[in-house]
Amino acid sequence: MSRVAVLKGGGSLERQVSLRSGARVEDALQRLGHEVIPIDVGGDLVARLRAEAPDVAFVAMHGRDGEDGTVQELLEILGIPYTASGVSACMRCADKVLAKHAMTDAGLPTPAFYSFTETAFKELGAAEALGAIEERLEFPIVVKPADQGSALGVKFAQSPADVAPALVAAFSYSHKVLLERHVHGRELAVSILGDEPLPVVEAVPREEDFYDFSARYTIGRTSFVCPAQLGDALTERAQSLALDVFRLLGCRGFARVDVMLEEGTDQLQVLEVNAIPGLTETSLLPMAADAADIDFDELVSRIVEMALQPV
Amino acid sequence: MKSSAMRDLMAITERPEVISLAGGLPDTSTFPPESLAALTAKMAATGAARALQYAPTEGMAAAKACIAEVMAAEDTPVDPEDILVTTGGQQVIDLVCKTLVDPGDVVVAEAPTYPGAVPTFMSYQADVVQIAMDDDGMRVDELEATLDRLDTEGRRPKFIYTIPNFQNPAGVTLSLPRRRRLVEVAKERELLVLEDNPYGLLRYEGDPLPTLHALDRGEFVIYLGTFSKILSPGIRIGWTTAPAPVLEKMNLGKQGADLCSSAFSQMFVASYFEHDHWQDYLQSLRDLYRRRRDTMLDALAEYFPREASWTRPQGGLFIWATLPDYIDTTDLLARALSHNVAFVPGRAAYLDGRGANSMRLNFSGVSDDDIRDGIRRIGEVVREQVDLYGTLTGSASAAAGAGDPSAPDPDLADVLHLPPRPSPGRRTDAR
Repeated sequence: MSRVAVLKGGGSLERQVSLRSGARVEDALQRLGHEVIPIDVGGDLVARLRAEAPDVAFVAMHGRDGEDGTVQELLEILGIPYTASGVSACMRCADKVLAKHAMTDAGLPTPAFYSFTETAFKELGAAEALGAIEERLEFPIVVKPADQGSALGVKFAQSPADVAPALVAAFSYSHKVLLERHVHGRELAVSILGDEPLPVVEAVPREEDFYDFSARYTIGRTSFVCPAQLGDALTERAQSLALDVFRLLGCRGFARVDVMLEEGTDQLQVLEVNAIPGLTETSLLPMAADAADIDFDELVSRIVEMALQPV
Repeated sequence: MKSSAMRDLMAITERPEVISLAGGLPDTSTFPPESLAALTAKMAATGAARALQYAPTEGMAAAKACIAEVMAAEDTPVDPEDILVTTGGQQVIDLVCKTLVDPGDVVVAEAPTYPGAVPTFMSYQADVVQIAMDDDGMRVDELEATLDRLDTEGRRPKFIYTIPNFQNPAGVTLSLPRRRRLVEVAKERELLVLEDNPYGLLRYEGDPLPTLHALDRGEFVIYLGTFSKILSPGIRIGWTTAPAPVLEKMNLGKQGADLCSSAFSQMFVASYFEHDHWQDYLQSLRDLYRRRRDTMLDALAEYFPREASWTRPQGGLFIWATLPDYIDTTDLLARALSHNVAFVPGRAAYLDGRGANSMRLNFSGVSDDDIRDGIRRIGEVVREQVDLYGTLTGSASAAAGAGDPSAPDPDLADVLHLPPRPSPGRRTDAR
């Protein structure tokens, strides 16, 4: 049995979800007989990790710091093995723009997009290019912060008048935003555990036409179907695409790939990869694992084992 | 329950490095610890067993006498027999809903309304209809029009919820003519009014106005009072007085909810009123909060861009600020949090998605330095957003385009159209 530090919370906007993921992981680790060291990540992180000297760190953080390679870098420096992806894969996943460029370069499907920093608008007159972008992407256009996990700050611009407020909103979360072609269709989440794709989860929004942040974490707002009713061929395509993206970005341990199945064309389009997807009672990766007869304790157990294996 | 995004964002406001103007907290640090110790010692000496015991559901006589004294200070005489002591004012809102509301029933509230009442209304599945306010509080003419419309739909509200004094969150006060008219409307239509009055005694300027309960002599008005803002929210003691049949049902509801409010707390209140000078402490709070309000108003004038507007409350704990309509304050909060400052996004005060470009700012629970610093930081992020919007739309400032600041928000009419106070030469907009 190991001494496992569970890193959770922190100052990211997804703090609350992370605390819930962390608490659930702690319970599982205790049931598995591990010694658990819960750490709400703050200014004393390095000091605490040095003092506690855990065998392994379970990173149950979402969003900034925890999912973007920052905490991973610190763990590398301290020589503490940790769960899920390494520094560079985290950086690639956390930055949706970087991830989408990598996919495009590798010939993997992702919706057409353009990305700008705040500086581009403030100092380089990027606003002049908005018209051309709108023409190429066609409305509705999805406007997203580049590095915000979850759906915070994601807006749909239905017409040119919506674009500026949507950009202002997105820039509230990030200094870089992307404008993306809206893909209409079914929303699929394909989780990867180790190097195996898990059964596909389909998210079916109940109330709004957009699968928003609150729906993601609130029971009853969205219904989930797992395994998604896609037929064998489509399921296999989705899983194989997710695995390709997981490998392309250099992920390790586990991750969740969000994919759209476009209506009409049946084409799959990758929206983003979550390097540390939620592990709460309502999260999709544990749901997918469950559908593969991997209960939460076993899931946590496997994730810890993978972290302890020499890379 | 709605908007867990906002809840999750609000969770970060509790981190110590964040200056939170999001709270609704009185400053309990002003209550002398030695007074607390002395009062508790006296309680223990004279009534330890009673303090540790259950209390009657309707409340202890000693506490009710104090409540009658507080209500008398608001020129609202009440028979202590007609008081139900509750676990905070919040329980009154809950008990009124429990007593009156079936799923789908209409409850009329102000727009914006107290964010803490929103989850209560939602948990009873009330259909909340919100009535616009202006400088003089709820638009009673609009209320009447709405009641007419509901009437034609065969729908009769279960009650009208209002905070007449220094409303939370808007900071405005219901004018005397409107108070009179509201009470008349209630009588004409035989409608109950829930008058939520936590801040009435926290008036920093102007003359007090009669409570709705006093105007109506308790015929259709359910009155909600609390010690939270004049003594302590930690003791969780509020109260209600209501028309007899309603009060009776609320009493039954309270038995089911928690049997009784804390005997310990009620005896603490009684001990405090017996041995201390509650009016003096109240005056010290008024002086403190008046200064903090002025600090916040000055800071707003200095640091908020001219596209913003805000209310100027004569009392209470809150200022309601409104930004151009292209700024969503829920998103803005994310940016503000990265500057370690927080406020309540306006959406929290609506059940229908309105309020997106407004925010509630609290001045009572924050030091003067933090108020200035907090407003400065919020002002900076707002200015960044305004500038960015200007850049995106090709207008030098937001004066052009969708966010025309001269157009009052239809939701809040004049309230949101108060021009920033001119600042005494500290503004640095000459750049």
